[in-house]
Amino acid sequence: MTKDQRIKKRHRAEARFKLYGLLSIILALTFVGFLVFTIFSKGSDAFSKTTIKVNVSFNAEILSLPSNPSLEDIQDADYYDLALESINKLLLTSNPDDEKLLKKLFSPDFDLEIKNYLVKNPDLINQTQDINLTSSDDIDQLFKGNFPRDIPEDRRQVNDRQLEIFDELVAQDKIQKKFNNYFFTNGDSRDPELAGIGASLLGSFFSVVICLILSFPIAILASIYLEEFAPKNKITDFIEININNLAAVPSIVYGLLGLGILLGFMNFPRSTPLVAGITLALMTLPRIIIPCRASLKAVPPSIREGALAVGASKFQSVFHHVVPLSLPGTLSGTIIGLAQALGETAPLILIGMVAFVVDIPGSPIDPASSLPAQVYLWSESAERGFVEKTSATIMILLTFLIVMNFIAVYLRQKFEKKWN
Amino acid sequence: MNLGIFTAILLFCIFSYFFGQTTAKKLVTNQNLKLKTLPTYYGYFVALWCGIPSLILFAVWSLFEPTIIKTIVVGKVLSASQIEAGLTTNLIYQKILSYSAGNFTGDLTDTIKIGALAYAKITSLAYKAKLASILSLASIGFIYAFNKVSKNNNARNDVENILKWLLFSSSVIAILTTLGIIFSLLFESIKFFSSINIFDFLFGTNWSPQKAFVRDASAITAEEYLEIKDAFGSVPLFAGTAFIALIAMCVAVPIGLFSGIYLAEYASYKSRRTIKPIIEILAGIPTVVYGFFAALTVGPFFREFGESLGLNVSSESALAAGLVMGIMIIPYVSSLSDDVINAVPQSLREGSYAVGATKSETIKKVVFPAALPGIIGSILLAVSRAIGETMIVVMAAGLAANLTINPLESTTTVTTQIVMLLVGDQEFDSPKTQSAFALGLTLFLVTLVLNYIALRVVKKYREKYD
Repeated sequence: MTKDQRIKKRHRAEARFKLYGLLSIILALTFVGFLVFTIFSKGSDAFSKTTIKVNVSFNAEILSLPSNPSLEDIQDADYYDLALESINKLLLTSNPDDEKLLKKLFSPDFDLEIKNYLVKNPDLINQTQDINLTSSDDIDQLFKGNFPRDIPEDRRQVNDRQLEIFDELVAQDKIQKKFNNYFFTNGDSRDPELAGIGASLLGSFFSVVICLILSFPIAILASIYLEEFAPKNKITDFIEININNLAAVPSIVYGLLGLGILLGFMNFPRSTPLVAGITLALMTLPRIIIPCRASLKAVPPSIREGALAVGASKFQSVFHHVVPLSLPGTLSGTIIGLAQALGETAPLILIGMVAFVVDIPGSPIDPASSLPAQVYLWSESAERGFVEKTSATIMILLTFLIVMNFIAVYLRQKFEKKWN
Repeated sequence: MNLGIFTAILLFCIFSYFFGQTTAKKLVTNQNLKLKTLPTYYGYFVALWCGIPSLILFAVWSLFEPTIIKTIVVGKVLSASQIEAGLTTNLIYQKILSYSAGNFTGDLTDTIKIGALAYAKITSLAYKAKLASILSLASIGFIYAFNKVSKNNNARNDVENILKWLLFSSSVIAILTTLGIIFSLLFESIKFFSSINIFDFLFGTNWSPQKAFVRDASAITAEEYLEIKDAFGSVPLFAGTAFIALIAMCVAVPIGLFSGIYLAEYASYKSRRTIKPIIEILAGIPTVVYGFFAALTVGPFFREFGESLGLNVSSESALAAGLVMGIMIIPYVSSLSDDVINAVPQSLREGSYAVGATKSETIKKVVFPAALPGIIGSILLAVSRAIGETMIVVMAAGLAANLTINPLESTTTVTTQIVMLLVGDQEFDSPKTQSAFALGLTLFLVTLVLNYIALRVVKKYREKYD
C-alpha cells in the first residue's frame, strides 16, 4: 500500500465516521418527526364531531308538561318519546326495524341533548326547531372517512340499510361536522362520541397546583440551605447524595410510596388529586432542587461579599440579593420539573388515578383522572373513536408541555444575568 | 373545616406581626430604649413564634386524625353490635362515612347508624379539641415572643436562627422521602417474605401470582402454601426487564453516542444550538405517549412485517417495547456524552492533531478513551432509566412471564407486574399485592446501586479534568 493509498483510506474513514454521526442525528430527528406526525394525523379528527340535523317539535302534550311550565318542570320531563318521534320523522317510514337502525345513528344521549336545548330556550315549547344532534361514533367515523365502505357487510360496523339512510341524509345536507365541545367539557364515557377530557384536565390541574404549592417553597428553601448555609460535614454530604439519588429513582417507586404511606397508612382518599399532588411533589422535589442549586451557584460571590461589606447579615445578603438574582433560573427549573410531573403516569396508576371518572371534579378531594392517565385508559379501548380521542389528548398534553418548556426557556434567556 | 383553622392561624400570624412591630416601636417612644434591630424583625419574631408551632401541630394532627377517628369508630361499632359476616371493617367504615356524608345507597343496617352517630360525635369533638389546642399553642408562642420583645431582644438574630432551622428542615425532607420509600417498601416486603421464602422469590423461575389472588396471608394452610410457594419466582421478570433494557440500549447507545460525538466535535455552534434542543424534546415527551406509540404503531407494524416474512411475531413483542424505549433514551445518552466529550481538554486534541492524526482518529484514539469513564457513567444512568421505565412496557410489552430470549415473543417486566398486581386492589393482605412491594424494593435497590456507581464515576471523572 503506497502512502497515497493510505492517506486516501484514512480520509475515507474520516468521511465515514462523520457520516455515522450525521446519520444518527438524522435518525433521532426522524423519530421525533415521525412520532409527532402519527399522533397529530390520528388525533386531529377528534376535535370535530358529526351532527345530524333533526326537526324537533317541542309538543307540550308528549312531554306532559303543564301549561306555563316552570324551569323545573322542563327539567323533570321525559324527553325520550319526543326524541324518538323527532328522529323517526327523518325517514317517514314506520318500519320498526328502520326505527331501531335510525336510533343507532345517534349518540345514546340524544334525548338529553334535546332537553338541554329546551332548558336553555324555554320559550320554544309548542314550536318546532332544527337541532343538530350528535351522531353515534360509527356514523362519525363513516362521515370522517375512516370506515371503508367497500368491505362485506358483516365486517362493517354500519350495515347496508344504515349506509342508505346515511347517504340520503348526506344528500339532504343534514349531516354536518361541528366543533366537538364534548371533548373538552365532558368526563369519561363508554361511548367515544360522548367521552371528553374535562375530568382529567381538571384533575391534572389540581394535581399540578398541589405539587407546585408543596414542592416549590421546600425546594427553594432546601437549595438555599445547601448552597449558602450548610456547613461542609457528613450530614450535608448525606443530604446531597440523597437528593441526587432520589432524582434518579424510578417514578413507579414513588407510586408505591404514595400507595403504602398516603393511602395505606394515613388513609387519604383514593383516586384524588390531593394524593396525586403530594406524590408528584415528593417526586419533583429533587428534580427542582438540582437546577435551583445550579442557579444559586451561578450568582458570583462578589454579590454576597458586596452585601456583607455594607453591613447586611448573611440572611439579608442571601434573601435580598442572591435569591432574587437566581430567580429566573429557579423558576425555569421549577416549571420544567412541573412539566415532568404533568406528564407522569406510572405513580398515578398505583394511587388509583386511572379511575373511570364521569363527573367533573369540583375540588382536590373528589375522585379525578389526569391527562396522561386518561391516555392510558383510552389506549386500552379498541374503537377507532377512542384511538382518535387518545391522540387528541396527547396533542393537548404535548401542547401544555411545549408551552411550559417555552416559558422556562424564555424566562431564562430574557431575565437571567450573564456574569462574565 | 381545616381551611377555617388554617385561615385562623394565618390571621393570627398577621395580627402578631403588626403587634410585634408596634410593641417594638412603643419601646422607643415609652421607655426611650434604642432598638437592637429594625422594627420589622420584631414583627417577624412574634409571627414566627405564633405560626410555626401551631402549623406543625396542625399538620401532624391532620395527618393522624383520620386514622385515629377510624380506630375509635370501628371499635365502638364492633363492640356495640355483632360483626356482620362477610364484611371487613374497612367496608363498614366506608359505608359509615358515605352515610354521614349523606350519599349512602344500599342496605341501611343498625351498625351503620350507630357508627354514623359515633362518627359525628367524634369528629365534632376532634374539631373542637383541634381548634382549642392549636389556638392555645399559638397563644403560648405569642406570649413567649411578646415577653422577649418587650425586653428588647436581638430579634434579627433570633429570627435568622429560626429561619436557619426552617431551611435545614426543608432539606431534611429529602432524607425523609428516602426513609418513607424504604419504610413503605420494607413494611410490605417483610410481610411477603414471612409467607414466601426469599430464595424462592429471588431464584424461582415460575411467576404466576394470580394463584394467590385474594387469600389472607395470615391464614394460609400448609397445602395452600405448597401451592403458592412456587408462584412467586421472579427470575422471568428480571430476565424480561434486562432483555428489554438490552434491546433499548442496543438502539440508544450507538445512536446517542454518535449523535453526541457529532454534536460535540463536528457540528457548528449554530446547528448544535438548534439540534440539541430538538433531540432533547424526545426526553420531554411523557412516557405514556411512547407507550401509545409502541402499542399502536410499532407493535402492529412489526407483526405485519414479520407475517410478510413468514415469522410469527407477537403484537406485544419485546422488540417493539425495547425499540421505543431505546428512542426515549437517546437524548439521555447523547446529551450526557456530549457534555463529557466537551469536558475533555482541548490540549489533548491538539496534541493528537500535531502528530498528524485526522479528526476521527483523534476522537477514536484520544478523546473517546479520555471520556470513557464519563460515557460509561451516562450509559449506566440510561440503563437505570430503562429498568425503571414503566408506561412503555405496561402498554407495549406482554403480561405473561415467559423466560425467553426471542425478541419476537412477548415478555414481561418488573414494572409491568407491579402495575398489574396493584391496579384496582385496595387490600394489602394477600401475598399477591405484597409481592408488588417486594418487586418494588428489588427495583429500588438495583437502580440505587446503578445510580450511585454512575454518579460516582461521572463525579470522579469531572474532578480529573477540572
